[in-house]
Amino acid sequence: MISLQVNGKTQEVDAPEDMPLLWALRENLGLTGTKFGCGVAQCGACTVHLDGEAVRSCITPLSRARGKNIVTIEGLDDEIGHRLQKAWIEEEVPQCGYCQSGQIMSAYVLLKEIPNPTDKNIDDSMTGNICRCGTYQRIRAAIHTAAAGK
Amino acid sequence: MAKSNDLNRREFIKTGSLASAFILSFQLPLPAIARGKTNVAARFAPNAFISISEDNSVKILCNHSEMGQGTYTAMTQLIAEEMDADWSKITVEPAPADATLYSCPAFGMQLTGGSASSYGEWDRLRKVGASARDMLLQAATKVWGVEIVSCRTDNGYVVHSSGKKLAYGELVTKMQGIQPKNDSELVLKDPKDFKYIGKSVKRVEALEKVNGSGKFGMDVSIPGMLVAVVERPPVFGSKVKSFNADKSKSVPGVKHVVQIDRGIAVVATGYWAARKGREVLEVDWDLGPLLNTQKQREQYLAMSKTPGLVATKEGDVSKVHGAAKTIAVLYEFPYLNHAQMEPLNATADVRKDGCDIYIGTQAQTFEQMTAAQILGMKPEQIKVHTQLLGGAFGRRSVFDGHIAAEAVQTSRAVGAPVKVMWSREDDLKGGYYRTVSLHQIKGSIGAANNPVSWHHRVVCQSFMIGSPMEKMAVKNGVDSVSVEGASELHYDIPNIQVEWHQGKDLVPTLWMRSVGHSYNAYVKECFMDELAFAAGKDPYLFRKAMMKKEPRLLGVLDAVAKKSGWGKPLPAGHARGIAVHASFESFTAQVAEVSISPDGKPKVHKVWLAIDCGPVINPDKVRAQMEGSVIFGLTSALYGKLTFKDGRVQQNNFYDYKMVRMDDAPPVDVTIIESPEKMGGVGEPGVPCTAPAVANALFTLTKKRIRKLPFPADVRKA
Repeated sequence: MISLQVNGKTQEVDAPEDMPLLWALRENLGLTGTKFGCGVAQCGACTVHLDGEAVRSCITPLSRARGKNIVTIEGLDDEIGHRLQKAWIEEEVPQCGYCQSGQIMSAYVLLKEIPNPTDKNIDDSMTGNICRCGTYQRIRAAIHTAAAGK
Repeated sequence: MAKSNDLNRREFIKTGSLASAFILSFQLPLPAIARGKTNVAARFAPNAFISISEDNSVKILCNHSEMGQGTYTAMTQLIAEEMDADWSKITVEPAPADATLYSCPAFGMQLTGGSASSYGEWDRLRKVGASARDMLLQAATKVWGVEIVSCRTDNGYVVHSSGKKLAYGELVTKMQGIQPKNDSELVLKDPKDFKYIGKSVKRVEALEKVNGSGKFGMDVSIPGMLVAVVERPPVFGSKVKSFNADKSKSVPGVKHVVQIDRGIAVVATGYWAARKGREVLEVDWDLGPLLNTQKQREQYLAMSKTPGLVATKEGDVSKVHGAAKTIAVLYEFPYLNHAQMEPLNATADVRKDGCDIYIGTQAQTFEQMTAAQILGMKPEQIKVHTQLLGGAFGRRSVFDGHIAAEAVQTSRAVGAPVKVMWSREDDLKGGYYRTVSLHQIKGSIGAANNPVSWHHRVVCQSFMIGSPMEKMAVKNGVDSVSVEGASELHYDIPNIQVEWHQGKDLVPTLWMRSVGHSYNAYVKECFMDELAFAAGKDPYLFRKAMMKKEPRLLGVLDAVAKKSGWGKPLPAGHARGIAVHASFESFTAQVAEVSISPDGKPKVHKVWLAIDCGPVINPDKVRAQMEGSVIFGLTSALYGKLTFKDGRVQQNNFYDYKMVRMDDAPPVDVTIIESPEKMGGVGEPGVPCTAPAVANALFTLTKKRIRKLPFPADVRKA
């Protein structure tokens, strides 16, 4: 059993230490908002926060997640998170929506660090998240909208 | 299309009011809350698409799959408009699989594709809404004992001229004896009265896509479910000779290892265990022929030098005299993978009496028929629960239903519900690609510097030949899908010939967003630029002069030229390129403004796109499709390439099969032409022009034509 702090709750997970956090979240804890896209930290669909840092849960072993404060899209329940989700709807960002949890989790860390990001800041911090539907222009707009909405 | 107006009334229209029996009669599950014996909410379902509850809520059963294109919203706009429903009371759910009730009028089967949902349903679903509205009106007039002419509907109410009104929910129990009108008697709204159609109504499933609650196929979990990964043939066409699962079975969590038609399924308590189990599985394969991209190219090249089956012949390209200039060149395109963000998956729960399939599918009919055939059951015993699709682009519409079939066979073999999951590598190497293609094209310019001949020969694989759609797609031996975008040129050239050769390789191919147009439009629009250059003419004006008989293409071409400032000065090192194309009943043009980075990589600064798709249901959704299509087209141009060596696909994941990312993504300026003409599609028509527009701009900068996709890493060395 591995003890994880997920979205403010302590959860026991019966899984091997080398198993990526993604599978514990999705299959053991039923938190399916965090998505599987590539399994090799190339697409960002599985992005979660580990002690406030955006990490790719598909390559983060449980041994590394243990004892850390883990936040998933389901637990993004603060002012910045709400601003982002509202802006995402306002700008009609999602198409298929599969990558958007990861996009929002990455954007959250960006806004935490840089409350008023430039386009260059957005490029630098969002380039790890692929959107095959090609919603980049709206993601960019939504980040600016969320930033302005503080 | 004509068949679309037949609501198949006798099949599903019932007028009973109480609802449990009624709803079950067409196999709609009651919501869990209504299953109790008490307080069963009355519902009225005027047809298979609409169910109205006493609390005024309206449930729309959408027969098209939501893969990002916004169809849940657009289809609901059609119905809600004509039934005068209150948008805030509407919920949308996926329709069950039932080809009798829910086929797309454009295909005659339950299928979301071909950019056909909107134009396919434009008449039918408006009539579905109008029929419901008429029945509610009839019921209210009966309650009040008034003439129908004294009543109208407004936002979920029937309103009498006296001012009294009844909410739709209040009429649910008053429907006894109310009969639906014939389709031909239904009067549709004057477009000037539209309240929802033509408006950028917000996406109905937006919230669940930003808070993690949306359920995609990958997210399905049902009691007792196991997770499987399948070891599939390393080479297309190879078969299992034998396998040894001893090591796999020793991996903690692995429950079963079973052989199915398409490989060996390793079944475990979860994905990680299944993956670990598969890593140590030993399979001996009978490999069969080993494809090599280079050898395949040689074969296709040899074919391309011989006459093919004629798809189009106007005038006579062999009898062109007095051509001032002739250009003959070769264009080449690789296999492409759809790379939808959600890797393929399907969950099946096979029992003795039936089977439930949970899948993000574009083609419920294919899944249902495939499972019925495998299990020896009737189609109605196979329930398909359509989930949200994490992208699709054609990949989730497969004639052979192989994605569902793997889950069905595995579930049957192990006697438990099973979710088969594909890794990204499985997905990328799993076939069903956009075909490789090779093109010989020859054109000539006459003395007046106008094109006098156009001869295009396409060599590619066909996925239509041998499919259930063969009759629809193949004419005189030519797969019309393979040559779409080439066979109808839309340019006024006196001598045209288009030919086709079928490449016959074992690599499974499939439609991928814009399908044949994805390569044919590139050849057509880049070669048109080659002719313009040879003629010493401006590429925009050169095209314009040949499009006098094509007002809708001319309209988008002019619009995009104007919006982009075609011909006006640009910053040093920047250039514009233009392309125009008709596809999926719509008309689009694009201008790309491009420069070249110091490392030789193209930088697309902005793309202007104009589309004429006829009447627009939801302008914002059209814009979104156009924006995304440009990124899709740009990804193919910059990066898209799958190659084979010794029968194996050489690419693996997003690190060697790259996608356009935020820093590559240009802003897209979309102009939607107001048009009363015939409605066209929007999911695909935005794709074909991007790559040629960018390539044509690059030519202006480099004076080098890019005739082989993807673009070279350094475009100065094309």
